[in-house]
Amino acid sequence: MATTLAQKVWDSHVVRRAPGEPDLLYIDLHLVHEVTSPQAFDGLRVAGRTVRRPDLTLATEDHNVPTLDIDKPIADLVSRTQVDALRHNCTEFGVPLYSLGDAEQGIVHVVGPQLGLTQPGMTVVCGDSHTSTHGAFGALAFGIGTSEVEHVLATQTLPKEPFRTMAVTVEGELATGVTAKDVILAVIAQIGTGGGQGYVIEYRGSAIEAMSMEARMTVCNMSIEAGARAGMVAPDETTFAYLHGKPRAPHGADWDDAVAAWRRLRSDDDATFDHEVVLDAAAITPYVTWGTNPAQGAPLSGSVPDPSSFVLDSDRAAAERALDYMGLKAGTPLREIAVDTVFLGSCTNGRIEDLRAAAEVIQGRRVADGVRMLVVPGSARVRLAAEGEGLDVIFKEAGAEWRNAGCSMCLGMNPDQLAPGERSASTSNRNFEGRQGKGGRTHLVSPLVAAATAVVGRLASPADLTEV
Amino acid sequence: MEPVTTHRGRAVALRRSNVDTDQIIPAVYLKRVTRTGFEDGLFAAWRTDPDFVLNRPESAGATVLVAGPDFGTGSSREHAVWALRDYGFRAVVSPRFGDIFRGNAGKGGLVAAQVEVSDVERIWDAVDADPATEVTVDLVSRTVSWGGQQAPFDIDDYTRWRLMEGLDDVDLTLRHSDLVAEFESDRPGWMPTTA
Ligand code: SF4
Repeated sequence: MATTLAQKVWDSHVVRRAPGEPDLLYIDLHLVHEVTSPQAFDGLRVAGRTVRRPDLTLATEDHNVPTLDIDKPIADLVSRTQVDALRHNCTEFGVPLYSLGDAEQGIVHVVGPQLGLTQPGMTVVCGDSHTSTHGAFGALAFGIGTSEVEHVLATQTLPKEPFRTMAVTVEGELATGVTAKDVILAVIAQIGTGGGQGYVIEYRGSAIEAMSMEARMTVCNMSIEAGARAGMVAPDETTFAYLHGKPRAPHGADWDDAVAAWRRLRSDDDATFDHEVVLDAAAITPYVTWGTNPAQGAPLSGSVPDPSSFVLDSDRAAAERALDYMGLKAGTPLREIAVDTVFLGSCTNGRIEDLRAAAEVIQGRRVADGVRMLVVPGSARVRLAAEGEGLDVIFKEAGAEWRNAGCSMCLGMNPDQLAPGERSASTSNRNFEGRQGKGGRTHLVSPLVAAATAVVGRLASPADLTEV
Repeated sequence: MEPVTTHRGRAVALRRSNVDTDQIIPAVYLKRVTRTGFEDGLFAAWRTDPDFVLNRPESAGATVLVAGPDFGTGSSREHAVWALRDYGFRAVVSPRFGDIFRGNAGKGGLVAAQVEVSDVERIWDAVDADPATEVTVDLVSRTVSWGGQQAPFDIDDYTRWRLMEGLDDVDLTLRHSDLVAEFESDRPGWMPTTA
């Protein structure tokens, strides 16, 4: 029977299948961080269990860690306790850990790919919903809860119900200044925050094929914002070139065997998806959100919508609430919205290509008066690479703050937060109420829009800037 | 885990859609390393508003939360389930749940009952008209009932069975350790390790 990419990966990981029960899936890579793991390790300890495969498990510190003064003990005691708990647990159970200060430390979804640990056809899980990022390699990668973290630690497997499959096809060429972030925001605006529920999305079409690995990661990262379990892109030459030579990628004769296996990982031509969505790449323009969920977005050239324009009662009520929370009036052109803060970072847009793109826009310009811009590399490696290219100097000369790696203002668990009522343009993935700090207002944007917004002080794209 | 078969209690009508897990429990409340004590974080931002439904005197002691569509979307934090449980909720009724939340609920002994939108609206109206209305969520018959009315709900067979038996997933899987070992012996040698 013709099968999709997602089904092929699933089927090759079934350890046990029994009628009326979920499939028991083998997990190839389990990524761990400090927030969703303490209770899982505790569960093992109470039951007297061990970690079955510490060699398929990797931990890093990211959600809580400060991005300043990282050589000092973490000032916030509760955060420090949680990070200490991770260190203690990893030592006790033999799990490799990249701690703050280590060259491999960083956001869990940036660390896996840059080490070459994330490879096509694997199953990857993490106690974090943005595990979908790793699907860019043709891996089946999904977020899990803490009880499941415990289950994977103990057994290296997970019982899972099958999913449905969706194809999102983006055909054509993206215009200059339009990025992977704009594509995924447009996809989410089209299918809604619940539209992907129960599905694994396969992104395909010429616009996706033309994307770099990092851009594909941005797209897959936000699959969860459409409610999907995972996002995937079939591996191709771009994937192989990215992996070649990475520390944990196969080498020598192994490399050839691996690539031969990876080439078979694509949906059969006659495979059918449960649902299909098609977008015209050429019609996508820079996209920003105006509301409090990622589906409440619009082209930057547009205006804050009038809630009464929504057909469904629930959408209208949600839009009214969102405008009230965001302090916005219907009809305001999006380009007139002034921000206090620009955040460049996160597992969505904190990789080297994102920093390069933003640096190119900001080079020779200044961050507007009264605006603070935080640049937070996704990992210590990304930070080092950026410094090697002099990007840190470009940001600092423009008046931006150059920070250490971590999740930072993406979720505001560390001191990097918005004050109540403050407004940000953020390259992260969630504009939920209070996500970046209690009472904070978030507009999701691409790195290019973030950089231009920092210069203008209002939501803007590079096309709005005058020549330097 | 304690088995659950049926739960009966007073309900809270949370007339909102897209209640994401950042609203259920904001990130700053996730720093505890224990599995309990998360009740203070439940809907923390909304609870500062005296008019928020949970703050009304008639909501005290309610154990069933009835919410709009797309409840529990967003982050994978199981703390959302723990916060609801710690606060006293035993069941959540909604027309649609975030996938990860629904899975987590099943593991945390919280019943996530998926019903039609029109039924949620009927329950809301009944609860708002009479806050003493009791709602019964019955796993045996897969129905929600209140004030003489009844509606079917959706829950997958396996989660239902585990909730009703109070089973621990890890124990169930460990029974198949030999199959896991067999699978491992067939994995290609070039697959990566973290060691
Ligand atoms: S950067 Fe944000 S979305 Fe990504 S793992 Fe960290 S908190 Fe989650």
